[in-house]
Amino acid sequence: MRRYLRWLSYAALVALTAIYVAPFIWMALTSFKTSFESTRVPPTWLPEEFTTHSYETLSRPASQTPVFRWFMNSMVAGIGHTILVVVTASMAAYPLARMEFRGKRVLFGLIIATLFIPPIIFLVPNYLIVDGLGWIDTLLAVAVPGAAGAFGVFFMRQFFVSLPRELEEAALIDGANHFQIFTRVILPLSKPALATLAVLSFLTNWNDFLWPLSVLIDAQNLTLPPGLTRLQGAYVTDYSVIMGGAVVASIPVLALFVLAQRYVVEGVARTGLKG
Amino acid sequence: MASGEATQGRPIADTRRKLGGRERSLGVGRFTPYAFIAPYLVLFVAFVLYPGVSALWVSLHDWDYLLPNKPFVGLENFIELFTAGSPTGGFFWQSMQATAQFTLYSVPPLVVLPLLVALLLNRRFRGRNFFRAVYFAPYVLGVVVVGMLWRYLLDPNIGVVNYYLERLGFPNDIPWTNGLPWAWIALTGMTVWWTLGFNTAIYLAGLQGINRDLYDAGKVDGATSWQLFRYVTLPGLRPVFVFVITVTLLASANMFGQSYITTQGGPGNETRTAIMYIYEEGIVNFRMGKAAAMSTVLGLFLAVVGILNFLFFNREVD
Repeated sequence: MRRYLRWLSYAALVALTAIYVAPFIWMALTSFKTSFESTRVPPTWLPEEFTTHSYETLSRPASQTPVFRWFMNSMVAGIGHTILVVVTASMAAYPLARMEFRGKRVLFGLIIATLFIPPIIFLVPNYLIVDGLGWIDTLLAVAVPGAAGAFGVFFMRQFFVSLPRELEEAALIDGANHFQIFTRVILPLSKPALATLAVLSFLTNWNDFLWPLSVLIDAQNLTLPPGLTRLQGAYVTDYSVIMGGAVVASIPVLALFVLAQRYVVEGVARTGLKG
Repeated sequence: MASGEATQGRPIADTRRKLGGRERSLGVGRFTPYAFIAPYLVLFVAFVLYPGVSALWVSLHDWDYLLPNKPFVGLENFIELFTAGSPTGGFFWQSMQATAQFTLYSVPPLVVLPLLVALLLNRRFRGRNFFRAVYFAPYVLGVVVVGMLWRYLLDPNIGVVNYYLERLGFPNDIPWTNGLPWAWIALTGMTVWWTLGFNTAIYLAGLQGINRDLYDAGKVDGATSWQLFRYVTLPGLRPVFVFVITVTLLASANMFGQSYITTQGGPGNETRTAIMYIYEEGIVNFRMGKAAAMSTVLGLFLAVVGILNFLFFNREVD
């Protein structure tokens, strides 16, 4: 009976895997079909006529759907955002975790409290602020405001608190100042946490949709998520191109996921345990 | 670097000296903590604190981005939302209802199904991490790719789903993207597909955190699997439950992308969620005063839900 249940549960997992993998396979295969075949009824799995026309269309820098330009924009914004988050959040978390100073409790409480404010409240006012800074329709608008979120500080502080006090004591005795301790002692020991924060921040920024949709306007300046919706509008009858765009947008994050899967999944799981 | 000998045996409190009358950690300059926090604080004030206050300010004005005048109108934007017959109010509450419907349909499956999957995965076997990764993978793709993919699969005319349904004997023209109740089923189904792995990973970590000895003790006492589940697993998962329910509730209440991409809020405005309507009013139509007021009302609703959630799960003291 035990063995039977085990095989049954294994079968269930395999069936579920099929439900997860099939749509991806479909998406990839469709990107290699002709425009006609991509919307044909009855639909086909393997392309009867294999073609890379969709990717050729995507790589032509057509004025309204420059998909590879969007890809670069997403990359620049994502990397910029990630660096900003990792640097500012870890720097801010350090004194919050390891020092005493006036206003510490109030400040930390304030930062944490903002985690509970629904993000929609910030949509309109941040639009106005970004507009005032002249950042509308630039990547600065996409990379910078998001770094003000409290998650990074919260996450790094949790980690710093868990480090042994003796580390700093020893270095202070040696005459090191706090900046040196931070860069030469604390940070090297924090690599897993920093890596997790970096990966999660990059993913969040890469996939951000509503905000870039709001602040980016010209086709050349879009990131992938709002850009792909324009692609969907422009190629309504050619699903091979739309699926091709989806494939292009998926490859970097899937590659990152495969490489950094541990950081992503365990980062998420650990947040759940502490939350 | 010192070997640490100097600090052995010395309690940590000794290393604090009183400097200038105020107790401070050893080696901490007057401004050190503030210097570290300053960069983040600049961002925080600019893009969280100030806009938070500004949101309220904007909501008290007739703020049309395109017009030069933005007169103060007090609570008029809010009153309009609660006035029967006002068009904005009507659309707003319709969108709030859409949000409520989606939350109602999507939260239960997203709380229960991932737990079942996590239970299946909670054994050491080869490929366990592979399965966990496969179910998690859609989450890293973001709402646009997932939304477009399912828009295509669920297309009433050329979609694969309807094609296979027909081969199984069902009608082949179910209007997944533009008919009711199908649009709700489509939105809920694709959201479950998208985020099941995320919740599963959290449950799995929670399950693995439950002390194995409790299970062994229970088995020694002759407990059945069901009893073990009810008296060891479920209580052990309580904090994780709270987290999963809270996160899922908030995510569903903030739903935007799936409606925008897969059903375009249709049919009509039936699946246009509150976030989607606020976006349309505030960013597309530039009626920012009204959008800010609506954001505030939605925010208050979410705060109430959050508090109720918190109270509900904290009333029992273990």
